[in-house]
Amino acid sequence: MSEPFLIGDMMTGGYGRGPDILHECTISVNPGEIAVIVGPNGAGKSTAMKAIFGMLNFRSGTVRLAGEDITALSPQDRVIKGMGFVPQVRNIFPSMTVEENLEMGAFIRKDDIRETMEQVYHLFPILKDKRRQAAGELSGGQRQQVAVGRALMTKPKVLMLDEPTAGVSPIVMDELFDRIIEVSRTGIPILMVEQNARQALEIADRGYVLVQGRNAHTGTGKELLNDAEVRRSFLGG
Amino acid sequence: MDFLNGLVVLANFVLIPATSYGAQLALGALGVTLIYGILRFSNFAHGDTMAFGTTITILLTWSFQSMGISFGPLPTALLALPFGILATGLLLVGTDRAVYRFYRRKKAAPVILVIVSVGVMFIMNGIVRFIIGVGDQNFADGERFIISARDFKEMTGLAEGFALRTTQVLTIVVAVIVVAVLFWFLNKTRTGKSMRAFSDNEDLALLSGINPERVVMVTWFIVAGLATVAGVLYGLDKSFKPFTYFQLLLPIFASAVVGGLGNPLGAIAGGFVVAFSEVTVTYAWKKVLTYWLPDSLAPDGLVQLMSTDYKFAVSFAILIIVLLFKPTGLFKGQSV
Repeated sequence: MSEPFLIGDMMTGGYGRGPDILHECTISVNPGEIAVIVGPNGAGKSTAMKAIFGMLNFRSGTVRLAGEDITALSPQDRVIKGMGFVPQVRNIFPSMTVEENLEMGAFIRKDDIRETMEQVYHLFPILKDKRRQAAGELSGGQRQQVAVGRALMTKPKVLMLDEPTAGVSPIVMDELFDRIIEVSRTGIPILMVEQNARQALEIADRGYVLVQGRNAHTGTGKELLNDAEVRRSFLGG
Repeated sequence: MDFLNGLVVLANFVLIPATSYGAQLALGALGVTLIYGILRFSNFAHGDTMAFGTTITILLTWSFQSMGISFGPLPTALLALPFGILATGLLLVGTDRAVYRFYRRKKAAPVILVIVSVGVMFIMNGIVRFIIGVGDQNFADGERFIISARDFKEMTGLAEGFALRTTQVLTIVVAVIVVAVLFWFLNKTRTGKSMRAFSDNEDLALLSGINPERVVMVTWFIVAGLATVAGVLYGLDKSFKPFTYFQLLLPIFASAVVGGLGNPLGAIAGGFVVAFSEVTVTYAWKKVLTYWLPDSLAPDGLVQLMSTDYKFAVSFAILIIVLLFKPTGLFKGQSV
């Protein structure tokens, strides 16, 4: 099998000097794919994603983007390398307008950003209507769209979403998932952490079930949904 | 006629002075609020920053005067002002490099930075007194009045005079220009927007590739500009004395808190609220009321709610009331 586009390979480590949270955990994603990390509470899902984004101290393991070892880079440098990250909370600039949020997303770019902004507005039409409104005044689902749009403004080569549907209603969740599929159709590989395992696995090309910081099950979304053990232990039958 | 006379007295002793004082406080409070929003601490050295900027401007004004350079009817201090701002900016950035940056890197709690700023305040306090002494300095020159009380009486035939001093009008005009430029900068330029982004959500700003050290440096220079302009305008309008500037800290903080710390619009509104409260509470209303009320109701006493010596009590009371009942201020700011 050829090298995946983005891979966190055999990652072991924890926050600061704390105990290890991840144990030889491997997660990867390829262009056009949606990879989803699911697992019970405290399994290290968000931690695994933060590890790939450089917010964790590694004891061993590497992170490679398009074959290049980026394990030593800071999160800021990884953004420049083409990684877009949407944190779970505090992921927008609340007092700034939607349009300003998108502009700030493109802060590192020196070229014309209008085309990318149009693409984002095309993906999230509601943002175009609300572009002069302060992002903090929007609904939860709309704020998540701003957050994803902000990350897309750098024209990332890979997009990482930390629980994009946390705290939104089921209807909004479905809509967000639709939008995420649409983003993925533009060819950007998407890696996301999800609480809503069943829905997430339904749209996943690749699923990772983590238990206590280790890879417990790996497969396509369908395989995992049909896997008797995954269903029993974790999806609730 | 009585009504008009009363109005003239009110404008002369309350409206105009309070407006120019309010503009000075607003400029001061803008500086405090910017530091709070971006560097996340209350800067107690702000009053003495104003004093430092004014000191440099005064020294340059004197040397300009001795060289025979003047600004026609306007005060020479306006010519010296840009140099004063530059010197203050260098002092603030230097202080940041030497002191604040150390604590920022250690991610010190805001309360520690507040205490650090108290230390900086004492040092700046000393520097200013060292350079210019503790006494009163008068450095206003140029045309003193736009309308003098006697001209006004002759023009209108009213019994009461109305004087409009150059410095009062200058204060308001300069404040309007400075605020307009500041808001344009914060809302329209890339650097200004990155400062607001940094103030809104520091972590996300870092993720977006905004350079924190640059934001901090630009902030200090803007604060230097606001503080020096506020200090020079106050000094022209009244007079310059280091201790008075130290005392200005209280009404300035009251203004920033009333408006909502971290909110620039709030700082401006707060400045005027505090200035008008201070002036109206300490003003003797006898004359105005004598004109406006029927003779039978004319007051015997001065109708002064508080002696002017207590004017700081007004800002203090406002500060406490706001903190008790609306800690985030009139406009949406951060709570302290």
